Amino acid sequence: MSIPETTRGELAELAGRYPDARSALLPMLHLVQSVEGYVSPDGIAACAETLALSTAEVAAVATFYTMYKRRPAGKHHVGVCTNTMCALLGGDAVWDAVSARAGVGHDEVSQDGTFDLERIECQAACTHAPVMTVDWEFFDRTTPDEAVEVLDRLAAGEEVRSTRGPVVRGYRAASRTISGIDDDGLTGDGPNADELMLAGLRAAEERGVPAADGGR
Amino acid sequence: MTLTPVLTAHWDESDSYTIGAYRRHGGYDQVAQGLAMDPDALIQLVKDSGLRGRGGAGFPTGMKWGFVPQGDGKPHYLVVNADESEPGACKDIPLMLANPHSLVEGCILTSYAIRANHAFIYVRGEVPHVHRRLRAAVAEAYAAGFLGRNILGSGFDLDLVVHAGAGAYICGEETALLDSLEGRRGQPRLKPPFPAVAGLYASPTVVNNVETIANVPYIVRNGAEWLTQWGTEKSPGFKLMSVSGHVRRPGVYEVALGTTMRQLLDYAGGMRNGGEPKFWLPGGSSVPMLTAEHLDLPLTYEDMAAAGTMLGTATPMVFDDTVSVVKAVTRWLEFYKHESCGKCTPCREGTGWIAGTLEKFEAGHGSEPEIGMLEELCGQILGRSFCALGDAAATPFPAALKHFRDEFVAGTHTPADVAFDPVAATVLPAGATR
Repeated sequence: MSIPETTRGELAELAGRYPDARSALLPMLHLVQSVEGYVSPDGIAACAETLALSTAEVAAVATFYTMYKRRPAGKHHVGVCTNTMCALLGGDAVWDAVSARAGVGHDEVSQDGTFDLERIECQAACTHAPVMTVDWEFFDRTTPDEAVEVLDRLAAGEEVRSTRGPVVRGYRAASRTISGIDDDGLTGDGPNADELMLAGLRAAEERGVPAADGGR
Repeated sequence: MTLTPVLTAHWDESDSYTIGAYRRHGGYDQVAQGLAMDPDALIQLVKDSGLRGRGGAGFPTGMKWGFVPQGDGKPHYLVVNADESEPGACKDIPLMLANPHSLVEGCILTSYAIRANHAFIYVRGEVPHVHRRLRAAVAEAYAAGFLGRNILGSGFDLDLVVHAGAGAYICGEETALLDSLEGRRGQPRLKPPFPAVAGLYASPTVVNNVETIANVPYIVRNGAEWLTQWGTEKSPGFKLMSVSGHVRRPGVYEVALGTTMRQLLDYAGGMRNGGEPKFWLPGGSSVPMLTAEHLDLPLTYEDMAAAGTMLGTATPMVFDDTVSVVKAVTRWLEFYKHESCGKCTPCREGTGWIAGTLEKFEAGHGSEPEIGMLEELCGQILGRSFCALGDAAATPFPAALKHFRDEFVAGTHTPADVAFDPVAATVLPAGATR
């Protein structure tokens, strides 16, 4: 599959946002991933052409970063944090359940192509452990049963919403959002903050401590 | 009382991430105020406040800004490190979700101070909702005239770009971040030269953490002395502290520096079993662990250093006695092994060696001589790589051994999961594990 002209135009647009066009390479790789479902040789070539780099230079960058898949990704990326905090608090059990449900292991795609599983590193949500992500949206304080239910609903094509973000739409759509090429209209989807983010503010309220921002 | 809702003050308002909510509480009023000041006076103000970097190293912010050579004819850049991925740290991502405009306003003021017309926020790739909220905030700020050409008629121009990383912990290291932002593999540079002299595109660059920059509008509004009403002489101000682990109410707590872990535990509802922590880490997996005997130490840069650890990101992870120290440390080392960029041999080879040896202890197959070997390995890695990742990887084991040698000795004959039932450490409802 090749990279369509519209995408090539978008790649050039990303490159134009920086004083030095090469700075756009990471967003560009997210964008080609959104088109083909992975960073293919064609995707690498399109980035190289836009930036006047060799394909070897682009491939060297693409292979450094774990978010770029080098084989066709599944429809939904499912990550389970198994770094220390999440693992101990239940992440290992969540991983076992999710892996059994999808029938595959780390960095593998389920037979029907629905799930792309990854044991992820710290997702900056230890307060919300154990954490699962679907297409990089948070599923906080999950349990093995809840995690499997999310996978069941995704498999059935039902709408699934992040606990701290919007509805999930697949790995390709997430890659496009991350590239920053345009607004996906989901900024206001999901809560502005959840109770764990508000824990300190609630503790202050309980103790009658007012805002300390100098009248702001 | 040491709770200090500043950055978090209005997170309970459902539109807190919008420009409307931010302006409702005086947000962006400081742009006109700041742009009317001499840039050097702005740098001096931040110097006077004593603000220290909130990304882990705690370097004085105003001093860092002051290192940028002025009148050098080169473009200057501000790069915000929003690559939060240190195990334990979960403060910048909540801030950017709930209050992204404080960061945007801070970028405007900081860029003006260091004479930068281009600023970048490097956000780790794996958080699309943060990208949405930040990009929307930047778009709102452009539309309101706080970004772009001739901001508020001041003659000052600023473009602010929200940039996406792609999954690499190492890019939280400032020079690796700069290489990554230049479209390269994220590998650290040898320092010196430091970024303030030769950073992005070999031009003078300030790299600051999200929370550091978000402090700036509040300091401009309220003055340097306002910040110093909290904390200590060496650690002034307040801090977002994310408390995770076996506490009843994990979450983000904004407190004065100098708050003790015991006070923080009280705010967090105490330990889930009502007891005391078995061990805790004040600021991420890269700082040495402490135990219950350290609960009354003030959480400041200097007090943590005196206790042989570091304040780091000030994001305490708290574990009760259901947890195997061997298992916890092994998992952290597997992380460092995965995230080592491979540039420096001691880190590339050493992280794998430590992790592999620790895995033997976790399985109950370690040996007494290997305890000594691990100590020597860590000692050989420390200080021998370009960046601090190697140092971080050499930190958890010696600290754990100091407090819990018995558990490593037990790892010569008993698997960690036998000594400590993994189900007991979870926070899952009863019967939830399969």
